[in-house]
Amino acid sequence: MRRHRLRWWEALPWIAGIVFYFAFPDYLGFGCELLVTILFALSLDLALGYAGIITLGHAAFFGAGAYTVGMLASYNIWTEPITGLLLAALVAGAIGFLSGIVLLRTRGLTLLMLTLCIMALLEQAANMGAAYTGGFDGLPSLPIAPLFGVFDFSALYADTQYLFALAVLFVCFLFVRILVYSPFGQSLTGIRENVSRMHAIGSPVRRRLIVCYTISAALAGVAGGLLAQTTAYVNLAVLGLDRAATVLIVLILGGYGRLYGAFIGAVIYLALEHFLAQVYPTAWQLGLGLMLVVIALFARNGILGLAETLWRRYENRRGPS
Amino acid sequence: MSRRIITALAAAAAAAIAAGGATSQAQAQDVKIGLILPYTGPGAELSPQMDKAIDLYQKLHAAQIKPYKYTIIKRDSKAPNGAAAKVDTQELLTQNKVDVIAGYIYSPDAIASAPVITAGKRLAVIMNAGTAFITNLSPYFIRTSFTLWQSSYVMGEEAAKYLHAKTAVVAYTDYPPGKDALNAFKYAFEHNGGKVIDAIPAGGPEATPDFTPFFQRAKDEHPNVLFVFVPAGDQATAVVKTYAALGMKAAGTQLIGTGDIVPDNMLQGMGDAAVGLITVHHYNADLDNPQNKAFVAAWKKAYGPDSTPDFTSVGAYDGMAAITHAVHATKGKIDNAAAAVKSLEGWKFNSPQGPIEIDPKTRDIIMNEYLDQVYKGKDGKLHEKVLATFHAVKDQCKALAIGPCAPKK
Amino acid sequence: MNFATDIAGIVLGGLAAGTVLFIVSVGLSVTMGLMGFVNLAHGAFAMFGGYVVVLAMNRAHFGFGVALAVSFIATAALSVVLERALYWPLYRSGELDQVLFTIGLIFIFIAGTTILVGPEHQTLQLPAALSGQLNLGFVRYRTYSVFLIVIGVLIALGIWLTFERTRIGGQIRATVDNRRMAESLGINVDRLFTITFAFGSGMAAIGGGLGAEFLGLDPQYPLKYLVYFLIAVSVGGLGSVIGVYYAALILGVLDFVLTLYLPKGGTIFIYVLTILILLARPQGLFGRKEL
Repeated sequence: MRRHRLRWWEALPWIAGIVFYFAFPDYLGFGCELLVTILFALSLDLALGYAGIITLGHAAFFGAGAYTVGMLASYNIWTEPITGLLLAALVAGAIGFLSGIVLLRTRGLTLLMLTLCIMALLEQAANMGAAYTGGFDGLPSLPIAPLFGVFDFSALYADTQYLFALAVLFVCFLFVRILVYSPFGQSLTGIRENVSRMHAIGSPVRRRLIVCYTISAALAGVAGGLLAQTTAYVNLAVLGLDRAATVLIVLILGGYGRLYGAFIGAVIYLALEHFLAQVYPTAWQLGLGLMLVVIALFARNGILGLAETLWRRYENRRGPS
Repeated sequence: MSRRIITALAAAAAAAIAAGGATSQAQAQDVKIGLILPYTGPGAELSPQMDKAIDLYQKLHAAQIKPYKYTIIKRDSKAPNGAAAKVDTQELLTQNKVDVIAGYIYSPDAIASAPVITAGKRLAVIMNAGTAFITNLSPYFIRTSFTLWQSSYVMGEEAAKYLHAKTAVVAYTDYPPGKDALNAFKYAFEHNGGKVIDAIPAGGPEATPDFTPFFQRAKDEHPNVLFVFVPAGDQATAVVKTYAALGMKAAGTQLIGTGDIVPDNMLQGMGDAAVGLITVHHYNADLDNPQNKAFVAAWKKAYGPDSTPDFTSVGAYDGMAAITHAVHATKGKIDNAAAAVKSLEGWKFNSPQGPIEIDPKTRDIIMNEYLDQVYKGKDGKLHEKVLATFHAVKDQCKALAIGPCAPKK
Repeated sequence: MNFATDIAGIVLGGLAAGTVLFIVSVGLSVTMGLMGFVNLAHGAFAMFGGYVVVLAMNRAHFGFGVALAVSFIATAALSVVLERALYWPLYRSGELDQVLFTIGLIFIFIAGTTILVGPEHQTLQLPAALSGQLNLGFVRYRTYSVFLIVIGVLIALGIWLTFERTRIGGQIRATVDNRRMAESLGINVDRLFTITFAFGSGMAAIGGGLGAEFLGLDPQYPLKYLVYFLIAVSVGGLGSVIGVYYAALILGVLDFVLTLYLPKGGTIFIYVLTILILLARPQGLFGRKEL
């Protein structure tokens, strides 16, 4: 229970987020992409890192949220951003709940393939309904109402979007942090580490997994809705394997099951991709690939895992107490 | 390790900022062009064809460009989801302060960037993306490439008139250009007395499907023609090979399509299977006009005898010509988007593809379409000959105001 | 249309599509079943093999058969180097680290191919004997499809015999069933895995070369078709060669039939089929243990 306490460095990401806003006003579009990816990876961490549900189909919920916001806005039914995100969470959570009931009986590669196939089905459905979803070309120039009726979402400078996304991420993060340190969160970790023991002590394993998966899906939906709002655009790619695989890589790279892995992974991955692509538009994937291989070979559980190992070694060397 | 990466990142970021700062102090003669193309991902094979054309244009027309100097800043639009292209557009406008944006291979990239272009008030030259309604999305878009309605509409008419076909089956890649091709072909073919008896969506744009079941179905329906649209690239080769291997020609079905199924730079790899195919397109490398002869000769000299320009190259080449015109017409103030667009409305140019014009109403290209047939030349290589030319073809989707091209209420 | 020729066309077309899937995926199934190693980069070896075939034919003017043999050897050699240098430290890591590593490897292969050969699509010119149509007596069909089906049967039979009748096959089966037991019986699992890995990668290379006619060949190959390889392996059952063979053929034929009669459904069928099969049999059609 000691880990429950807030530590001083936990303020750092948020300070960095605000400093970024003032220091790099021309990078806020990229900043929004970063914040959305962090939130998406955080939602995946809840399922993968805490409940041990390995999924390659998390973009299903991201896309459901994005299309909820996108279609409501495109047809001028609902354009208010905050309630829009709640609706996105609702729709994505519902899909997560329904698919969770069916899928969470399986494990391992079977579960991975099933989540992937469900996502692919949704993608195909969105393509078949292109008359409504815009399909591959997407829904262009989504009208998003000003935040609190005052702050406009400018297309050129993403300042309102950035602060909004930062605030949404903060709220969602607080929620996840409280959740994982609650008794419910602890029981999830128990399930991940030893399912049969949890069964033995009479823990309703499957029900807990479904609840966790549903919450995770709802958060992914918020991330997707946020993407639709900050970019004023949604197309089929929100449901694609590309996005699902990228968020998985981001989370593993940062380190799963530790909340901040989503932050570290997203920052390192996206920043490297973004700046390498500016310098070497045709060959940046080589650098990215090398980094992934090196991290996988030398770190256990991503960059945060590596940092922890190094920190322990340093503490030990400083003198056994 | 993580610290080293962060240091490297900081250095990269600093370098990028320094580069941005340095170029913003450049002289008035310098025109900065932000070029957005997919250098990685599924579209990566198209980008070099356009890059080469842009380089070649500057080499061949150095005299016309003077006294201005072009600085081209390249950005990768990555996977065709619009997200990267949109951030690229934002950053090119706000950080690099470019005077004009160019590129966009995939339609989603142009569509997602449209609000940014409008807000940033810069001319944007679409060099490839073909979804018809894109130019409606921002008043600063002009297009030097094509829409699928232009080639497919003419193919529909000529399938009925030139080939005297009564029935057709359409197989198309299931994404917007494919649907545009289907709608345009069907509209024109059926207005000229033909009948489309089946329309088969044949997989998505990213992975090449096995075309056998789709073509098997078409073969069993015995149409006079099979009209196919797939994105130019590996799918085109698979289409031509499957058509030949199923023996559809002997069964009485002629394969026709837009020029996308016989892209110039892949034609030789298709072998004899491609001989006799009939397509409609606005460009092929064998076009017999002086601009094209010079263009192809210069291309082969610069990039080797096995390299061939194709329609994407010409879209990029013409886009550079449009920029050059706008730069001179605005006396270097091409960053005044309204003036730049105005100078291009009704602009005419003798392109390697023949005479082109920018429609003053729609800012879309007006150009010739050619009915082509593939044949084997005396040199043992495959060539295309023009059977008929159709002058000054407009985008029929906007002309007829059909479907997504109809003005929004 | 004649019903009999219809059926024949469907069966042959579907079997040919399934065979390509089988040849590429079989190595993946064995390595995943044997070591539990999640090798998402398997398709990269198929791509590498495909490129060797195309380059050997187009630049060195080798015949199709020779090019395939060269490709098998080159890819198997490359895979041994990579396995000994990079893969083995990860055998005892979690599957997620393996995912990270193999995705990184895919990126390296994509970028490497783009830099060394170029981003454009490669075309493979089949020998004249294999193009065109073949008269089978009851139906005329695409020669290459028939050729593929025959090759597929031979390969499946060869691997099956190796598994059932040879010492090394027995060792592999024992290790898939119970690795600890196999080790305690004195089986050198590390060496066994290197051999199987090399062989599986070599098979992937053959699949990349043989399948190029249908799947094409460009730097995006390892990502484009990854899902299909994984579907074949999971539906067939990990570590089961015959399972992958039947799964690939069943999926190939069913997908072919459904796309032929309901083309509007697009690629939906393959996913629906996979979901139904995996819900009914989570261990795959022929798998003996949980995935």
